[in-house]
Amino acid sequence: MPVPTKPESFMALEAVLLRHHRSPDSLIEILHQSQNLYSYLSDPLLRHVATRLKLPLSRVKGTASFYHLFRFQPPARHRCVVCTGTACQIQGASALIEAMEESLGLQMGDRRGDGWVSLSEVRCLGTCSDAPLVLIDGTVGRQQSSDGLRRWLQELEP
Amino acid sequence: MNGLRCCASAGCLARGSGALIGALETAISRAELGDRIQLRPVGCLGPCSQGPLLALDPDGDLYAGVGPQDAETLVAALARRLHQGSDQATPLEWAPARGERLDLRAPFFQRQRRIVLEHCGLIDPTDLEQAIAVGAYGQLERVLQGWSPERVLTELQRSGLRGRGGAGYPTGLKWATVARMPGARKVVVCNADEGDPGAFMDRAVLEGDPHRVLEGMAIAAYAVGADHGFIYIRAEYALAIERLRLAIDQAVRRGRLGPALFGTGFGFSVELRVGAGAYVCGEETALIASIEGKRGTPRPRPPYPAERGVGGKPTLINNVETLANVAPILREGADWFAAIGTAGSAGTKVFSLTGHVRRGGLVEVPMGTSLTTVVLEMGEGAPEGSAVKAVQTGGPSGGCVPADRLDTPLDYESLQALGTIMGSGGMVVLDQSTDMVALAAYFMAFCREESCGKCVPCRAGTVQLHGLLERILAGSASRADLDQLETLGAMVMDTSLCGLGQSAPKPMLSTLRYFRGDYLARLEAP
Ligand SMILES: Cc1cc2nc3c(=O)[nH]c(=O)nc-3n(C[C@H](O)[C@H](O)[C@H](O)COP(=O)(O)O)c2cc1C
Ligand code: FES
Repeated sequence: MPVPTKPESFMALEAVLLRHHRSPDSLIEILHQSQNLYSYLSDPLLRHVATRLKLPLSRVKGTASFYHLFRFQPPARHRCVVCTGTACQIQGASALIEAMEESLGLQMGDRRGDGWVSLSEVRCLGTCSDAPLVLIDGTVGRQQSSDGLRRWLQELEP
Repeated sequence: MNGLRCCASAGCLARGSGALIGALETAISRAELGDRIQLRPVGCLGPCSQGPLLALDPDGDLYAGVGPQDAETLVAALARRLHQGSDQATPLEWAPARGERLDLRAPFFQRQRRIVLEHCGLIDPTDLEQAIAVGAYGQLERVLQGWSPERVLTELQRSGLRGRGGAGYPTGLKWATVARMPGARKVVVCNADEGDPGAFMDRAVLEGDPHRVLEGMAIAAYAVGADHGFIYIRAEYALAIERLRLAIDQAVRRGRLGPALFGTGFGFSVELRVGAGAYVCGEETALIASIEGKRGTPRPRPPYPAERGVGGKPTLINNVETLANVAPILREGADWFAAIGTAGSAGTKVFSLTGHVRRGGLVEVPMGTSLTTVVLEMGEGAPEGSAVKAVQTGGPSGGCVPADRLDTPLDYESLQALGTIMGSGGMVVLDQSTDMVALAAYFMAFCREESCGKCVPCRAGTVQLHGLLERILAGSASRADLDQLETLGAMVMDTSLCGLGQSAPKPMLSTLRYFRGDYLARLEAP
C-alpha cells in the first residue's frame, strides 16, 4: 500500500478529529483510529496528527512510542502472535515460541524484511482455559501443540 | 416456553459457540418453533474449560462441549417434548454427541455465591431490555428518587466493601473522600485495564453484564458529585469493548445515562478510553495520565486522585468488580452484604481459575472460602497423574501459596500474611511440573519490560534481578547471588515510585520463601 504523504490525503481522519474536538486529551484514541485507518503510524501521519492537535511532534511521538500496540511500520502480511500470559507460559508457550522462530526463521519481536510475516507476543487474551494459545492473522489456535503449529505455519500463503 | 442460553463470551466463542448459535437459530426456525424456544446469547456460564456451554430453561441444565452438529438433535428433542404437551415435566432426552450434561451438584457450582455475576449468563448482554427486566438501573432510579448522597456513602461504608482491583482499599471511605473534595465537576473512572496475566474476571463481567458496571458508576457519580465518567479498558479485550460501546449507546438512548436521569436534576455521561498495551496503565496515576492522552507514567502520591485526578479534577477510581457490587449492596442492604464473607473482607470475590487444573473457569465465592475448596474441590485439582505444587495469586504483584498452605482462607489479610495478595482475582494453579525459578524469572522479565522507566530502582533493579535469576537458571550462580537477590529485592520494594516496582520482587521472594530448594538445587557446586 502506498504511504500517503500529503496532509490532504489523511482526509478520513477528519471525522475522527472532529468527533474528539481536536482535543489533545484524546490523543491515544486518535492514534488508535489513525492506526485503524492507515494500518500503521507513519511519520507523515504522526506529523499530521501533531499539526491538527496543535501539539509538538515530540509529544505525539513520545506518547505513541510509550505504548506497545502502536506500530510504526506497515504490519506484516501474516501476523503470528504467541500468548505469554501466565497460564499459557506454564503450559508450553516457550515451546510454541521455539516452533515459531524455527519455522519462520525469525526471532521473537521481529518482522521479516520483505514484510511477509511478523512474530510477536501478547500477555494474556483472557481466555486462559484455552492455554497455550497462539493467534495467527487474528485466528485463535487453542491448546496448541508445537506440531500442530508447524503444520499451520506451513499452510500460510507465501 | 423453553429457553436456550448459549455462552457468547470470548472463551466459548473461541471454541465455536458462534457457529453453535447460528446452527440453533437455523434448526429452530426450520422446526417453526421460534415462538416456543427462545435462544439467547449470554455471558460466561462458568466452567470455561468445558465450553462451548449451553444452558436449558426451565430445566436449568448445563451442557458442555456442545457443537453445531448437535443443533438438529437438540431441537428435535425439544420438539418431541413440546408435542407431549409439557415444557419441563419430563427431563429432556438428549445429550451432545461429543459433550455431556454437567452435574450441577458438583462443588464447582454448589460452592458459588453469585452476586457480581448474578445476571451474567442469564441475560443477553447486547439487549438492554433484558437487563432492565432483571432490575438493571432499578437501584439507580431508587437512589436518585429518594436517597441523599450521604445515605449512599453511609450504606457503602457500613457494607465493608473493599476495592477488588488489588489493594483492597475500603470503597466507602474512598467515595466519602472524593465527595468531601471541593469542586463542582468531579470524575468517576472505572479501571478495566485488567493487566494481570491469567486474570479474566473483569472481561467476563463486561462481556456478560455491562449495564451492571455502568449502573455502579452512575450511583458512584451521584454519591461523590461527579457528572462525567471514563472507562479505561485494555485494547486486547475487543469483544468487551464492543459490548461496552453498545451498552453505553443503549443506555443513553433509553435515558439511563445522560442528562436529567429519571426526571431528576442529576446527569452523568460516560466515555470509553481504550488502552494501548502498557501494564503500568492499570496503576491509577498512570491511568489518569493515559486518559489525558499522555505517556502512562505514574507520579508520586499525594496528591491522590481523590484530590487531583483527570484534568486536575477530584477523581474516584474503582475497579470493574468493585463497581459491579454497588447495586446489589444498596438493593439488599449493607447488613446483608457484611454478613457474607469474613469480618475484614465482606462479600464475595470472583476468581478466574486456570492453569494446571481440571476444571477451570470463572467462579464467585464468599470471601474466606479456602484455597482447598476453590482449587481442589471446585477445580478438582491438578490433571490426572499430577499434583498441585502451588497456586499463584495476584499476578506480577503477587506470589505463590504452596500446596501445604491451601487451607488458607481467601481474604485480604490471610493472603498478605503468606507473602502474596488477593490481587484482582487471577488464580493460576501450578502442578509439580512447574519450575519455580523459571516462574520467578518470567514475572521479573514481565516487570522489567513493563517498567515505565521513570524511577531508577524499578528500571535498573528489575534488569539486575532478572539477570541474577537467569544466572541461577543457567546453573552459574553462587550462594552470594542468592543473597544478592534478597537484598536487591528488598531495596527495589522499598524505593520504587509506584506499585509496579514496589511489588515486582514479590513473586520471586515468595518462591524463595517456599521453594528455596528449587533455587539451591541450581546453584553452582561450591
Ligand atoms: C502496576 C499496577 C497495575 C494495576 N493494574 C490494575 C488493573 O489492571 N485493574 C485494576 O482494577 N487495578 C489495578 N491496579 C490498582 C489501581 O491502581 C487501583 O488501586 C484500583 O483501580 C482502585 O480500585 P479499587 O479500589 O476498586 O480496587 C494496579 C496497580 C498497580 C500498581
Ligand atoms: S495466559 Fe494466555 S490467554 Fe491468559
